Amino acid sequence: MASATEPPQQQGGWLEERLGLAAIRAFLAHKTVPVHAHTLWYYFGGITLFLFTIQVMTGTLLLLYYRPSPAEAYESVQFIVTRVQFGWLIRSIHSWSANLMILSAFIHMFSVVFLRAFRRPRELTWLSGIALLGLALAFGFSGYLLPWNTVSYFATKVGTDMAAAVPVVGHNMARFLRGGNDVGGATLTRFFGFHVAVLPGITTMLLLAHLALVQKHGMSSPRWAVEEYRRKGQSVPQMPFFPNFFLRELMAWYAALGVLGSLAAIFPWELGLKADPFAPAPAGIRPEWYFLAPFYTLKLIPSHVLVFEGELVGLAGFGLLALWWVALPFWAVDRKGVERTRWVTGAGVVLLAYLATFSALGYWR
Amino acid sequence: MEEPRRNLLRWLLGGGLSASLISFLYPAFKFMNPPDIPEASVNEVSAGKVQDLKPNTGKIVKFGSLPVLLVRTTETEWSAFSAVCTHLNCTVQYKESSHQIWCACHNGLYNLNGQVVSGPPPHPLEAYSVHIRGDEVVVSRRA
Ligand code: FES
Repeated sequence: MASATEPPQQQGGWLEERLGLAAIRAFLAHKTVPVHAHTLWYYFGGITLFLFTIQVMTGTLLLLYYRPSPAEAYESVQFIVTRVQFGWLIRSIHSWSANLMILSAFIHMFSVVFLRAFRRPRELTWLSGIALLGLALAFGFSGYLLPWNTVSYFATKVGTDMAAAVPVVGHNMARFLRGGNDVGGATLTRFFGFHVAVLPGITTMLLLAHLALVQKHGMSSPRWAVEEYRRKGQSVPQMPFFPNFFLRELMAWYAALGVLGSLAAIFPWELGLKADPFAPAPAGIRPEWYFLAPFYTLKLIPSHVLVFEGELVGLAGFGLLALWWVALPFWAVDRKGVERTRWVTGAGVVLLAYLATFSALGYWR
Repeated sequence: MEEPRRNLLRWLLGGGLSASLISFLYPAFKFMNPPDIPEASVNEVSAGKVQDLKPNTGKIVKFGSLPVLLVRTTETEWSAFSAVCTHLNCTVQYKESSHQIWCACHNGLYNLNGQVVSGPPPHPLEAYSVHIRGDEVVVSRRA
C-alpha cells in the first residue's frame, strides 16, 4: 500500500505509477479468442463497433453545418454536399456507414444465433445486443428524417402513424414522437434531439455494458468445436486477444473502411427533393432496406383481418415476433436444461428467409 | 426497540427518495408531452380558378394545415376528399389513367366516392363539398 512517505516505485516509471499499466497488460494477456472453423464470425461485433465510431466522428462533423428546422434543414444539407469542402464525402460516409453498421450488426446477431453463443450465462449479453440493434434502427429512423426530403417525410409519417395504432397509449406515443399531431417542424427538432443526444447517450452506456459482459464471459466456443476437441482429449485452441486477434481485427477494420470509402465515393448518397407537406407521396416510395420487410408485409395485409384493422394485426404480429426473438435464450433450452438446437437453427433460418424474401419483394415490387 | 426504529428510518429514507424522484420525473415527463396548439378552424378555402384544373385531373389544395385532394372528374363534375390516406397517413393522388385515387405508400386504391377499392386502407376518405362561385372553385367541409 502506497503512503505519502513511501518512495516512488522506480520500476515502470512515471506512467506506470499513475496508471497501473501492468494490470492492463496482464488483463490483455489473459483474454483469448477461440480458434476454429468459424472464427471469422467473431470479427463482426468489432466491425459494428468500428462503424459506430465512424458515425460518431462524421456525425460530429455534420453538426457543424446542419440546421434542424423545416425551413433550413434541406438547404443546410444541400450546402454541406455542394459548398463545404469534402462535405459530400462526409455526408456520404455517414449514410453509407449507417447502413453498413446495421448490416454488420445483423450479421453479428445471426452468427450469434447459429453458433449459439447466447447460451447461459450469456443471456444478458444477448439482451443488451438486441437492445443495441434496436437503438441502431432508431438511429436510422431518426437520422433518415433529418435531410427533410420527400421520402424521409413520408417514411416518418408512416412510421409514427404505426405507433398511433397501438391500443390505448398509441395516440400519446405518436404525439410524443411527432411533437404534435402530425409530422412537421416539431418532429424534425425532436428527431434531431433524439439522434444527436438521447440515442448516443443511451447507446454509449449500453455499449459499455455489452462490452463488459463480453469481457466477463469471454468468447463463446460453439458446442460442436468443444466436443470435437474433447474427443481428442484437448480443449479448443485459443489465440491471444492482444496482439494476435487485435491486429487481425484491425485488418478487418481496414477492409471495412475500404468498402465504406469506395461505396461513399463511387455512389454518393442522394439528397432527393425537399419535403412538401402538400404534395402527394411519390410513386415508388419505399423505406431504407432494413425496414423493407415490415413495409412489404404492411402492403400485403388487407384492410381488415376478421374484425380487426389490418395495421393493428400487422403491428401485433411484429410485436410478437420481436418478443419471441428477444426471448430466444430463454426458450432455447427446455425445462430439463436440454438445448433445443433444431428449434433455434430453424427459427434463425425462418427469420432470415422472411427478412430476405420480403425485403427483396419490397424492393422490386 | 432497535428493529422498529430501523424500520421507521428505512421507510423515511425510501419514501423521501421516491418522493424526490417522482418530483423530478413528473415535470420532465410533462415537459416531453407537446402542448396543444389550437388551429384556426377552416371551413372553406378557395381552390383557384375553374379553368386552372383540366377535366380528369386532380390537385392538392391547402385546407388549413390539411391537404385536400380536389378532382375535376369531367367538365362540370368536381369532387374533393381529405388527401390523408386512412391507412398510415400518406398523402394520396389522383390517377388519371384509371380514374381512381391512389396512395403510393402501400398501394391503397379508392374510387371517386372515396371508398376503398383495394389495398390496406381500412376506411373511406372523408369527402368535402365543392362549389363553383363565378369562376372560382370553393372547397368546404361537409356539415
Ligand atoms: S398509407 Fe396509404 S396505403 Fe398505406
